[in-house]
Amino acid sequence: MADAIWVYAELSDERLTPTTLEMLTKAAAVGKAEAVLLGPAPEDAAQILAQYGASKIYRCVDPVYRDYLTLPAAETVAGLIQKHQPAAMLFASSYTGRDIVANLSARLDCGAISDVGDFVLKDGSVEATIPALGASYQNTSTLVSQGTKLLLVRPKAFEANPNEQPQSVEEVQAATAEALRTVHMRERVAVKREGPQLDGAKTIISGGRGLKGEENFAMLKELADVLGGAVGATRAAVDAGWVPYAMQIGQTGKTVKPDLYIACGISGAVQHLSGMKTSKFIISINKDPEAPIFQYSDFGVVGDVFKVVPQLIEEIKKRKGV
Amino acid sequence: MNIVVCGKVIPASSVTIEIDSSTKRMIRKGVTHELDPAAASAVEEGLRLTEKHGGTVTLITMGISDVTIGIRNALAMGATSAVHILDDAVAGSDTLGTAKLLAAAIKKQEFDLVICATESSDSYSGIVPGQIAHFLGVPPVTFAKEIALDGSKITIKRQSETGYDIVESTLPVLVAVSSGINEPRYPQLKGIMAAKKKEIKVYTAADLGLPADQVGEKGAREKVLTIGRPPKRQAGKVVTDEGEGGKQIADFLAEIKVI
Repeated sequence: MADAIWVYAELSDERLTPTTLEMLTKAAAVGKAEAVLLGPAPEDAAQILAQYGASKIYRCVDPVYRDYLTLPAAETVAGLIQKHQPAAMLFASSYTGRDIVANLSARLDCGAISDVGDFVLKDGSVEATIPALGASYQNTSTLVSQGTKLLLVRPKAFEANPNEQPQSVEEVQAATAEALRTVHMRERVAVKREGPQLDGAKTIISGGRGLKGEENFAMLKELADVLGGAVGATRAAVDAGWVPYAMQIGQTGKTVKPDLYIACGISGAVQHLSGMKTSKFIISINKDPEAPIFQYSDFGVVGDVFKVVPQLIEEIKKRKGV
Repeated sequence: MNIVVCGKVIPASSVTIEIDSSTKRMIRKGVTHELDPAAASAVEEGLRLTEKHGGTVTLITMGISDVTIGIRNALAMGATSAVHILDDAVAGSDTLGTAKLLAAAIKKQEFDLVICATESSDSYSGIVPGQIAHFLGVPPVTFAKEIALDGSKITIKRQSETGYDIVESTLPVLVAVSSGINEPRYPQLKGIMAAKKKEIKVYTAADLGLPADQVGEKGAREKVLTIGRPPKRQAGKVVTDEGEGGKQIADFLAEIKVI
């Protein structure tokens, strides 16, 4: 029988995250995919999980998983793992995923592999590929502990493709002990985002420290508008407070894979590269000819971003006859 | 209010990281080290909280003797004292071994609050704080962008995919802070002088009651099989702007049929 590979189904904005479906597709391709779905979820969530390859879904709709961080989910997943012993369990490299894996790996004394880009399961052992040290080294790792292998998977590591299975749901008991209800989620605050979103954008114009200030992101917005794209940023620009975190691309932000990525005033720190280097075409503009970003670019211009970008915008407008 | 900060001292950002092909680990010995900027944010947050609420900040780190410079830096910023887990036997520890060691060292201190960086800037695994919390038996809150204390109640703004969450817990608790939470202070001369007199306690794994099969390479659950440079993207053309840079990009966009 094929190895059971479990996927922790994660919701964001009351929808299953894209990474959940990517991991399910991969799990179904290499084994018998099953999913764990905890907390209140939209009615069609189980149906979508089955559509993407989950042959079984362990579900509990209790609000404890929504209202208290980490521990109730870790308790339930730990119990399920010990009972059913899947070969591996995949979690998205997200806020929620990392916290649950951290707890499980300590509790089950089994360790875990973070930031997995790909993996192979063979005779109960796992070999995972990780872009270690950001993007400048890549390693393969294994877990020598017995039992279920816990892997934190990078967003967009795999493609999501439907692979319909009959829907089979097993309801599991909620973990509601008081000792698990230690971190209470009081309020979720959505920060309003303007303009097209990074997720799914075919073209992304991104700015880094070289943009020097919040006001200069307007120039990138204009370039994004003429190309029909979205604007992103590096951690440096976000940490400086110029743009909101939702725009951050990189290891601690979003992973993007657009057809076209234009990096403006970005040096190419590993933290950033790992979130965008698989873009189809990369163009970069930076005043430092030694900037690592040029090594990843299909076309690079060594120059002043404040001269090159406005000229580029004018030129595109001219050629498009706008 | 006793705060323990777990922070890493890592090769300075100016250092090109090399890998030892026999051990498959980063070469750290003899390399210039600095307090990880992410750890500096954790120290800074501890200092700000004790400046407001009173108490001590103890830095705990693990590493070879080269990391002392970073410990001194945290002490010069204002940390009260430090603990250094220094032992050849801990080399090659994975996240779990690291967390066991740090948790054992934390247990030797009095603490109300543990602050960690969300992830180190040299390995980014991001799971050590949650593992430590488990071994300490305290709740974990990660990706904190703001911390407020009111008696034993702690309220944290936590980064989320769509904005932020406001979460509450009761001390003792472990908080992992995100790098943008504050701007760490630079040590002043007075602090640098004072740091020379501050205590750095040194522990080995044995001092912490951890047997050799739990830590270091022997105790690691995660084993590195291979390490190397990833396949390089074929670098394209790089031109220097001589007044036509924008137009040249437009030409390239036309070539790839974007415009």
